[in-house]
Amino acid sequence: MAKPIRSGSDAMKRDFLLFIGFSVLVMLAPQYFRGGYMMNVLVFVGINTMLAIALNLLLGYAGQISLGHAGFFGLGAYLSGIMTTTFSLNPWLAMPLAAVAVGSLAFLIGFPVLKLKGHYLAMATLGLGIIFFIIFNETYEWTGGPSGLSGIPYLELGGISFNSDVKSYYLIWGFTLAVMLFALNLASSRVGRALRAVHDSEVAAQVLGVNARLLKVQIFALSALLSSIAGSLYAHTMTFISPTSFGFNFSIELLTMVVIGGLGSIYGSFLGAALLTLLPEILRGANDYDIIIYGGLLMVMVMYMPGGLVRGIPALFRKLAGRKGGVDHA
Amino acid sequence: MQFDQILQYTLSGLSTGAIYALIGIGFSIIYNATGIINFAQGEFVMLGGLLTMSCLTVLKLPLWAAIPCAIAVSTLVGILFERLAIRPLRQPTPINLVIITIGGSILLRGLAMLVWGKDTHSVPPFSGDAPIAIGGATILPQHLWILAITLIIIFINKIYFYHTISGKAMRACSYNRRAAGLVGIDVKRMVLFSFIISSAMGAVAGIIVAPLTMTAYDVGVMLGLKGFCAAIIGGMSSGLSTVIGGLILGVLESLGAGLISSGYKDAIAFIILLLILFFRPQGLFGKADSERV
Amino acid sequence: MNFKVMPFVMAAVTLLFSANVFAAAPIRIGALFAVTGPAAFLGEPERNTAKMVVDEINRAGGVRGQKLELIVYDTSGDATKAVQLATKLIKDDKVVAIIGPSTTGETMAVIPVVERGHVPLISCSAGSKITDPVKRWVFKTAQNDSLAVGRIYEYLQKTKQTNVSILTVSDGFGASGREQLKSQAARYGITIVSDDTYGPKDTDMTAQLTKMRGSRTQAIICWGTNPGPAVIAKNAQQLGIKTPLFMSHGVSSKKFIELAGDAAEGIRLPSGKVVVADMLPASDKQKKSLMAFVRDYKKHYNAEGDHFGGHAWDAVMLVRNAINNGAFTAAAIRDQLESTRGFAGIGGNFNYSPQDHAGLGKDAFVLVEVKNKDWMIVK
Repeated sequence: MAKPIRSGSDAMKRDFLLFIGFSVLVMLAPQYFRGGYMMNVLVFVGINTMLAIALNLLLGYAGQISLGHAGFFGLGAYLSGIMTTTFSLNPWLAMPLAAVAVGSLAFLIGFPVLKLKGHYLAMATLGLGIIFFIIFNETYEWTGGPSGLSGIPYLELGGISFNSDVKSYYLIWGFTLAVMLFALNLASSRVGRALRAVHDSEVAAQVLGVNARLLKVQIFALSALLSSIAGSLYAHTMTFISPTSFGFNFSIELLTMVVIGGLGSIYGSFLGAALLTLLPEILRGANDYDIIIYGGLLMVMVMYMPGGLVRGIPALFRKLAGRKGGVDHA
Repeated sequence: MQFDQILQYTLSGLSTGAIYALIGIGFSIIYNATGIINFAQGEFVMLGGLLTMSCLTVLKLPLWAAIPCAIAVSTLVGILFERLAIRPLRQPTPINLVIITIGGSILLRGLAMLVWGKDTHSVPPFSGDAPIAIGGATILPQHLWILAITLIIIFINKIYFYHTISGKAMRACSYNRRAAGLVGIDVKRMVLFSFIISSAMGAVAGIIVAPLTMTAYDVGVMLGLKGFCAAIIGGMSSGLSTVIGGLILGVLESLGAGLISSGYKDAIAFIILLLILFFRPQGLFGKADSERV
Repeated sequence: MNFKVMPFVMAAVTLLFSANVFAAAPIRIGALFAVTGPAAFLGEPERNTAKMVVDEINRAGGVRGQKLELIVYDTSGDATKAVQLATKLIKDDKVVAIIGPSTTGETMAVIPVVERGHVPLISCSAGSKITDPVKRWVFKTAQNDSLAVGRIYEYLQKTKQTNVSILTVSDGFGASGREQLKSQAARYGITIVSDDTYGPKDTDMTAQLTKMRGSRTQAIICWGTNPGPAVIAKNAQQLGIKTPLFMSHGVSSKKFIELAGDAAEGIRLPSGKVVVADMLPASDKQKKSLMAFVRDYKKHYNAEGDHFGGHAWDAVMLVRNAINNGAFTAAAIRDQLESTRGFAGIGGNFNYSPQDHAGLGKDAFVLVEVKNKDWMIVK
């Protein structure tokens, strides 16, 4: 699973160029889509990419599963929503406040939760997600309960209100690219290497002087914090939130994005998020069959592309070309 | 607080709990034989109920024939699932297994939606619906069926796992799959067996509960989760502790809804689950096990 | 080619061409329904009905000679998807009006999109906050929950049952009903002695009912959609509860009677008139629409039309009427909708005005009771 650690300036240069190239593509995309409906879909691709990266840091790098990440996403969205509506706080202030609150909460919960392993960890995080969901539903004095919270303001910057798809697109993707850059740096830093060591063998990592337990909790908190920021952005883009967007199903969808994109790959998270967000668009003509195709596709992907899109697509190209030596992205 | 109210909460809780227990045992059997958490387990509950409904209304079978028929078809689906999805998996990492069983459950649910539509369907009770009074509380004949069938299944399970060769082989697999393979046990066959048993049990759970709760293409999700909880509380055992786990969960939910808050009753169940995981991850009744590196 | 024929050929080609353009550009109406997912019981009849009505209109020659085209998207009950698809309808499909979404949550999410996009939305969901306060581009056809609650409370007041227990489902439908039940109680001199909820997927509600049995309640009001209320009816029968049981309009279809079986007998609920269409006096203004809807639905789908489908029927007909009055653009349709008076639809008699985009009065609901596996009007 772990990538060979590249060294030397060549590899760094290549990574840097890849990121610049990706950013340029992202920034040019609106020219191509001309403000149509696709812009709106791409806004959600951005938010989901951010979430998938957050989960990937935990799952792909530290090897810890979470089936409750929609809970942190929702917590961020609701905290921002409540602070900006009920308490009329400035959204730019509410967002970091929510992020810090969610991050700290995750840090505290992280200690008992991340003591667990494998399926027990899956169950505990699943339980957490469901508890968050019930809280969103039941504390209706604050959250509006199942009928949701409306009237959340748009973000504003220097007199520009981010109230159209094109403007939201630049806002969301600005954040997403920043998160990507941060995650790419983290992955190739000392922390990233320590995380991968924990992933491969926790005991071995500890023997080598990595405080595995603390590191896991820290990355859990970081992952929750990033999810919370994505949640705040979601709330300010949609201006309406309701609990159904943050349930168990969405946690599963996020997990699927990460796995289908490719564990431990930042660009993989983008591919996974893009595929799962665009899939309903592609399957729209299939009417009631879309749920079957969706389920079937998940199974087929795991069976035939177990490394995810980011490894599967180059492999497929190599196979099609019938010879070795395709370009290896990732 | 009146005694008959508490009695009613407990009785209601026990019968819901018995269902969680049956589903939970299904989870445990597969987990022990294969190390897989089968997220599609709840879908067999759905299949059991809906197939019985179809056997009764479309094929016009009597109940005694409809039930085995429904169990047989569900089991067949279980076999197909194992053969087509689990066995061909090239990299059976836990995370890939989680995704593939989730994919399978979505697929089954989608197919059920096409076959049976999105409506809820009712299934007639096995023997009338005249309430039976116990103390100040009342239950239905169907509740007795649920409790009795659960007991019978646990009994059969016990005999199978402790007194037959294949049951013993399956237990060997759950202790150590590699060692079991070395002594000549066909591990792959045991995996298939585990899917057969647990899909049949899921179907039974779905059949006996359907007259009370009705059934639809999407009933499997929540029941599956609750069954999973029961299995965790019971420490993933395929025997009595999971049954007790299920009963505890059912009674707590019912008491929680009646005495504390009906809105938070599921939260209460999950908080208890978290506490158990934090303080006794081996389940309420299990012995602590040291982890191999 | 003979030059004398040229003008005729030209004319013919022009005619053909323009006729083609004419036929190729029908008036596009968008629809967002939760056809799959937890709210499919709403979305499916709504989609079926909307398609059916548009087909019937086109078969009869369209509106003012122009055909209608219905573009339906499935939101699967998800607010995020509803927003995306509303954007798609406005930006890519360029519809003149949008029908739906099916649930209050989705509608609330979509409102900012249509307000920005200047396209009229006719929601098929019941939450009163959709049109209260009035939003310029937003209308609704589903009866407000407050009307349904009023119907029950009026009856309770008349029969002097003042202590009630409420049991609501913890989703958008139940939450909105619960809010109304609590806020209107005082006006009718009613005390809520017990306030409980249950989950949409719960399978046993004896705990909540046992608690109510222990209180001094004189009536139990349950607010939910199938299958929860059917389970509750059965549970109440099991517990031997004799307290009168009331349900919401969320279960006013034959499906509920089928699911609850004997336990449904004697249950009362406020309902749109569609379930008792054949029992209405001929003087009822809605009778003609109701009978047409029931007959057409039976013909197209061989199933019972319910009042959820009725919301879509009303919405399509409202748009049709607006177009028939000469409104071809989104803005004109909006203005025409707002001036709709006395439209006798499935949900009731609609009278929209700049102050009221819900358009219905108390007469939209009748109180019905289950007797011998059928609905009876309670006088």
